[in-house]
Amino acid sequence: MLPAAALLLVFLTYPLGLGVWLGFTDARIGRPGIFIGLENYEYLWSDAVFWLSVFNTLLYTISASILKFALGLWLALILNQNLPFKSFFRAIVLLPWVVPTVLSAIAFWWIYDAQFSILSWALQQMGLIDHRINFLGDPTNARASVIAANVWRGIPFVAITLLAGLQTIPQSLYEAATLDGASRWQLFRYVTLPLLTPIIAITMTFSVLFTFTDFQLIYVLTRGGPVNATHLMATLSFQRGISGGQLGEGAAIAVAMIPFLLAAILFSYFGLQRRKWQQGGGD
Amino acid sequence: MKFTRRDVIRTTAGVAAAGALGSRFAGSSAYAQEGLKYKPEEGAKLRLLRWSPFVQGDEDQWLANTKRFTEATGVQVRIDKESWEDIRPKAAVAANVGSGPDLMFVWFDDPHQYPDKLHDVTELGEYLGSKYGGWHEGPKQYATRGGKFLGLPLATIGNAIVYRESWVKEAGFSEFPKDTAGLLELCKALKAKGHPAGFTHGHGVGDGNNYAHWLLWSHGGQMVDESGKVTINSPETLKAIEYAQELYKTFIPGTESWLDVNNNRAFLAGELSVIANGISAYNTAKINKDKDPKLAEMAKDIRTTNLPIGPVGKSVELFQVTTAVIFDYTPYPNAAKAYLQFMFEDPQMPAWITSSAGYCCQTLKAFDNNPVWTADPNNAAYAKASATLRPNGYAGPLGYASAATMADYVLVDMFAKAVTGQATPQEAMEEAEKRANRYYRV
Repeated sequence: MLPAAALLLVFLTYPLGLGVWLGFTDARIGRPGIFIGLENYEYLWSDAVFWLSVFNTLLYTISASILKFALGLWLALILNQNLPFKSFFRAIVLLPWVVPTVLSAIAFWWIYDAQFSILSWALQQMGLIDHRINFLGDPTNARASVIAANVWRGIPFVAITLLAGLQTIPQSLYEAATLDGASRWQLFRYVTLPLLTPIIAITMTFSVLFTFTDFQLIYVLTRGGPVNATHLMATLSFQRGISGGQLGEGAAIAVAMIPFLLAAILFSYFGLQRRKWQQGGGD
Repeated sequence: MKFTRRDVIRTTAGVAAAGALGSRFAGSSAYAQEGLKYKPEEGAKLRLLRWSPFVQGDEDQWLANTKRFTEATGVQVRIDKESWEDIRPKAAVAANVGSGPDLMFVWFDDPHQYPDKLHDVTELGEYLGSKYGGWHEGPKQYATRGGKFLGLPLATIGNAIVYRESWVKEAGFSEFPKDTAGLLELCKALKAKGHPAGFTHGHGVGDGNNYAHWLLWSHGGQMVDESGKVTINSPETLKAIEYAQELYKTFIPGTESWLDVNNNRAFLAGELSVIANGISAYNTAKINKDKDPKLAEMAKDIRTTNLPIGPVGKSVELFQVTTAVIFDYTPYPNAAKAYLQFMFEDPQMPAWITSSAGYCCQTLKAFDNNPVWTADPNNAAYAKASATLRPNGYAGPLGYASAATMADYVLVDMFAKAVTGQATPQEAMEEAEKRANRYYRV
């Protein structure tokens, strides 16, 4: 117990506590700073860029998580069937997850390039558009583009985890339901989904946490641009805290992420405690 | 033996005169020279973190010079590279944590962000300045604070207009305009001919900041006054924004998202007629001309010139300044100073400037006449980058506030917001004022 407690203290509690403390100071790079109470938070409250980053983070997390869930579940259901070369396809699905984020971000950077986008080129060749799409220059396009890149990268995690969950569902349940005359939709609705719910809760909790705290993808693709339209709380925290040297303010932005993350964790925790979910029933 | 500042000035006074005249101290070995000498600590090993080169000759020569230093002193120097935009956070972390490379090439106001964490190199800075005709004032300001050298001004990476001469002529201009009004007319004509210009409005650390500061300063605007009071909300800034809005209309689409490499890439692909950039864009075409006939043709057509003069009536530009710093935590400060001294002395420094092919501009005046600046007419626009630059945070002092304001893209975003129509010029100015006030702590 003691080693575990010591590890938690050193690697979890101390950094978190230090971050929270820094948020109450005017610390800068190379200078400890003094306690200034809620001043950082008061400023952030009136800072349009901070609120824009909150909006972007929520939009990014919610949109990407929903898409990742829907597409990941669909993929898991396909891969759960008896396909030829099953193992090969499962390995292929994992590829986006295996590639380092920075590399995949650079690939997307080329795909979205204002002048050399392969997507724009292909659509132009097909005669579907007559001018290049401004993927990362227009705020709406830029938001959609970074969400798409995150979804591409995150689907394998959801798909493979849900596939693992699907394989734990006893085949006998499907056979019994089929004998009772259940349709494919009813099989999914009344057998698959309820039994998959606990694993969905865990998978989506992790997926939401990863998405909410995403940094690399945005840093490589847009650095928060255009005009902060894709700045997430994590990237803004880095920009102000490390590049800008305002450690206190950067820490305050990072601390402001905690309530959202906590909400996601608590939702999953209490959800999983509901016994009927575990047993595959409703509330 | 320890030399005092007075000793240094005395022993180097004669040499300084020669330095001022541009003497090259031909045939001398820096390490054999009289003057300041540092005795590296027993068993010293150094680690330097520098930015990845844009011109291969820069790195090759730096490594060759380093090898000579190791041969002369026995001190091993490990050189690591990082993408240049990532140097700033790496340096900040090293300063804050107190661990990392012994030496680093940092950017802009970085030394002013953590002055207490840097080894004082005043003695060396004054020695080199005296010996080589003095430091150029702009780079020196970035490297000094309260008369103390926090690092040695290493180089200025100049920024200039890079353009296709044939397309400018096709647009009806016999030469590149010298003023901002002429630039606007040219860009309109270029767009009409299907050869648009493009300047970065995105979060490009170098190109984005250079362009935004030129827009502001050329119209007489400034972020703060001499006392550090935020003055960005002004009629001059308004004029700059209005000008930027007009110019933006002539740009190729997508400049709001551009990072530092986008303009080079689009220019070299023949998509653009005019960009503002370091000489790397031209060098890429020049160096690769044997491999690619299109680039060979392009290299012949490329010309460079300084950015046009605005209503303020004189050339005012930011440029990227890099400073070589020694972190105070190094166990080998003498070895680090000996290394920097060696690298800044003749013949190492002029050889490095030459090999950098116009990318790195000298900070010591004695090296102003480096042959590289006349070797190619296109290099000339970058020759005086150190002499003419205006430091970040003009007209106020360099420090935490100026560094943070730049790092948070306050100025870049102000222009981007207005030109893309996301805010009126007045709203963009007010937001910039609010954000700058945060850093200048009003």
